[in-house]
Amino acid sequence: MYVTLKLALVSTVVLMVLAAPISYFLAYTRFPGKSFVEALIYLPMALPPTVIGFYLIILMGPKGWIGSLWEKLTGGSLLFTFLGIAIASVIYSIPFAVQPMKAAFAKIDRRLLENAYILGLSKRATFLRVIIPNSFGGIAAAAILVFLHSIGAFGVLLMVGGSIPGKTKVASIAIYEAVEMMNYHTAGLIALSFIPISYAFLLLINKLSDGSRA
Amino acid sequence: MTVSASFRKKLKYFDVDISFECHSKKMMVLIGPSGGGKTTIIRMLAGLETPDEGRICFGNDTWFDSLRRINVKPQKRRLGYVFQDYNLFPHLNLFDNAAFAAADKKEVHALFELLRIDHLKKRKPHMVSGGERQRCAICQALARHPRLLLLDEPFSALDVVTRRGLREEIKSLKGKLSCPIIYVTHDINEALFLADEILPVVDGKADYGWMQRTITREPGEGTPTRGAREPRLSLVY
Repeated sequence: MYVTLKLALVSTVVLMVLAAPISYFLAYTRFPGKSFVEALIYLPMALPPTVIGFYLIILMGPKGWIGSLWEKLTGGSLLFTFLGIAIASVIYSIPFAVQPMKAAFAKIDRRLLENAYILGLSKRATFLRVIIPNSFGGIAAAAILVFLHSIGAFGVLLMVGGSIPGKTKVASIAIYEAVEMMNYHTAGLIALSFIPISYAFLLLINKLSDGSRA
Repeated sequence: MTVSASFRKKLKYFDVDISFECHSKKMMVLIGPSGGGKTTIIRMLAGLETPDEGRICFGNDTWFDSLRRINVKPQKRRLGYVFQDYNLFPHLNLFDNAAFAAADKKEVHALFELLRIDHLKKRKPHMVSGGERQRCAICQALARHPRLLLLDEPFSALDVVTRRGLREEIKSLKGKLSCPIIYVTHDINEALFLADEILPVVDGKADYGWMQRTITREPGEGTPTRGAREPRLSLVY
């Protein structure tokens, strides 16, 4: 469970930082090919996890451009490491961060932004001082969704990270292995630990969306 | 300092084509029927919209010049803009709203006292009345030491009694400000009460007969409020 929670936490933090500017550009700018870029960002949501896993193996493997670059820089491999599954988890969960954040940013009254510009704020300062504080519900929902999606990831992580205890073996892989070995008691205990975490986070999402509707 | 503008912009149903200037310590009221282009005009002064052609200058500074391809961003124009719906930031209390871009926070306290909302500093915008939000929006605009103050139908969402009170406040505030003020309204009484100059705008163009026609059509509607002095119509170049 430690690797699972660490992975979910790392993915959530990285995606909050990464998805905020992406969501801003998708919500506020128009550029040629925007719908293609948007569809590309949402693609991991529509693809089978094993397909994503396969392409990530190709990219992060010793002959892939990310994997070979990493090997040149560090001398090590990205596959079967915690960093490797963290990258996989970030790519796998990116639509779940971008979609609610973009919706929250787009919902902000444009007149507030105009007032901020009149008051002398740059676009960056307006993003930090007006957009972010007024999108708290959407940002929190994105963080929770990413966290939940990351703790439940299986296929992608199995393909990219394998099952190395303490390094890449996440809870969902542990359940799968326990069931394979007919160890239903262990599988049941790990499975049970997911329920209160997921339930509590879903309650929190409901509370946040109720709050933003009020 | 004087703001002078002469510009054109093509809109869906008509073209805005107007020239005017407004001097320091003077209030020019843009009046006309709703949907006649008044708000678009001051949005172009603020830099929130771009004219198709023309020129906007403030003193020696050029804010917009289509020939020289100059278009100064709203952030750099340093003006105050009181929007029709106030546009206060909902996540901040009234004081933080007003102090958002203030040059000096002490002045914000003084402005709150001047506009009699100092007891509401800690309240969020949704917790106060429309009139109080309006006063806060004025504090927000003034706290930035604007070179030009724009007010876009600031009383449109308020009841008659509150409007009357705030109208008096704006008039007394006007005497304390040294910048030019441009005020948008469709209320003839308000215009006659507040204006040093009146620029009637119909379908994006100056129409000096509009007020006379409106008053003749609706007797009593355009009667100047007691105490109002006769404003002169804008000198257009």
